[in-house]
Amino acid sequence: MANKIRVATTSLAGCFGCHMSFLDIDERMLQLVEVVEFDRSPLTDIEHCTNCDIGLIEGGVCNSENVHVLREFRNNCKILVAVGACAINGGLPAMRNHIPLEECLSEAYLDGVGVENPQIPNDIELPLLLDQVYPIHEVVKIDYFLPGCPPSADVFWKFLTDLIEGREPSLPYELVHYD
Amino acid sequence: MSKTITIDGKTIPFEDGQTIMDAAMTADIYIPHLCHQPEFTPHGSCKLCTVNVNGRNCTACTFPAMDGQEVLSETQELIDDRKKITQMLFVEGNHFCMSCEKTGNCQLQAVAYHLNMLDNHFPLFYPDRKVDASHAEVMIDHNRCIFCTLCVRASQQTDGKNVFALSGRGIHKHLIVNAESGLLKDTDVDVNDQAVHVCPTGAILVKRTGYQVPIGERIYDHQQIDQVALASERPKHGK
Repeated sequence: MANKIRVATTSLAGCFGCHMSFLDIDERMLQLVEVVEFDRSPLTDIEHCTNCDIGLIEGGVCNSENVHVLREFRNNCKILVAVGACAINGGLPAMRNHIPLEECLSEAYLDGVGVENPQIPNDIELPLLLDQVYPIHEVVKIDYFLPGCPPSADVFWKFLTDLIEGREPSLPYELVHYD
Repeated sequence: MSKTITIDGKTIPFEDGQTIMDAAMTADIYIPHLCHQPEFTPHGSCKLCTVNVNGRNCTACTFPAMDGQEVLSETQELIDDRKKITQMLFVEGNHFCMSCEKTGNCQLQAVAYHLNMLDNHFPLFYPDRKVDASHAEVMIDHNRCIFCTLCVRASQQTDGKNVFALSGRGIHKHLIVNAESGLLKDTDVDVNDQAVHVCPTGAILVKRTGYQVPIGERIYDHQQIDQVALASERPKHGK
C-alpha cells in the first residue's frame, strides 16, 4: 500500500507502559491501520526505521544504545514525539540521577541483599550506562510532547488523528495529565 | 465615582488599598499565581502573576491598583512568559507527578495544565534534595519546594509560630525549619497548623492521608485552577 503514513515507535528507558496504553485505543487500531503502516516498532519487530513520517519515543535516555536509537529515529522521522513522563523528564528511571553510577552498580551487582557470584556485568554486547538518565529533548530536537504516565489511549488517538487529518495537534484540558 | 482600572480592556472597580490581584479576583478575573493567597501578605516571588501595567511589567499581587491603570494580562507574550516561568519551576526541582501523592491536588501542576505546558523546554537540574520525615504526622519533601514562602507566612501570620524560613540564595536557596537539629520533629509545628496545609505543591504533606481521595477525583482532575481559585479565594479578597 503506497501513501500510507509511516509510523515508527520504540521504548528507550521506559517500561512499555506507554505502548500498552497506545494499544488501549482498542478497535480504533483497525481504523488507524487503514491510513498508517508501522515501521520499526515492538509491534512489528522491524529492527531499523527508514523514511518515516512519525516517530513515537517512549522512555528517557539511560545508556549508549538509547542514544543511537534516538538518533536513528531523529534521522529517519519527519516528526518526532516524546511520549510519556520518562521521555519528557526522565521519569522513574531518573531516580538514579541522585546516586553515583558506581554506587548503583555496586548495590545491584556486588553488595545488594541476596546477590550471588557478585560481579558487575561487563559483556561487550551490553550498552554502557550513561552517568545519568536524560530526557530525550536534551539529546535530539523533539517536535511534540505527550505527557502522562502513561498518556491515555485517547491522547494517542487525538494526537494521531489531528496529525493525520492535517490539523495542528492539540490536547484539551481533560487529556493533559502528568501522572 | 468609584475608581477603576482596566484589565485586558475590561473596566473594573477597586477600593483604595487593593492590589491589582485583589481588584481582578474581586471582579472574577483570574491571574495565574502560586505564591499568593489572599489571607497572607503578598510576596511577589513566583512571578506568575506578572501583568503589564501602563507599559511596564510588574507582579499583580504586590502592585497597588491606581485609578486609570491599563493592565494587560492575557496577552500571548505574558502567557508565554508564564509558561516559561512554570517550566523553570519544574526543572529546578524534582517534580515527578506520577510518584507524588499531591498529584491532581497540586497547584503547580494545575497552573501548568492551565497554561497547556506539555514539556519542560529547559534541561533538567535534578538537584539533590532531602526528605525530612522525622515528624510523626507531617513530612517535608524538599524536592518539590518552589520557595513560595506560603508556609513561612502562614506559620507567622496565622499560626502565631515561626516554624519555617528560607535560607541561602539563588540555586542554593532552601526551606529551613526552626530547630537546632534542622529536623521538623524538633519544631513546635502541629498537624493542624495552617502552614502545613497551605503548600501549593507536595513539599509539605500530612502523613497517611495521601491517597484518601483517588486519582481521577481530585481537585484539578475535572476543574481548571482558574475556576477553583476564583471560587475559593475571591471571597477573601474583600478588603
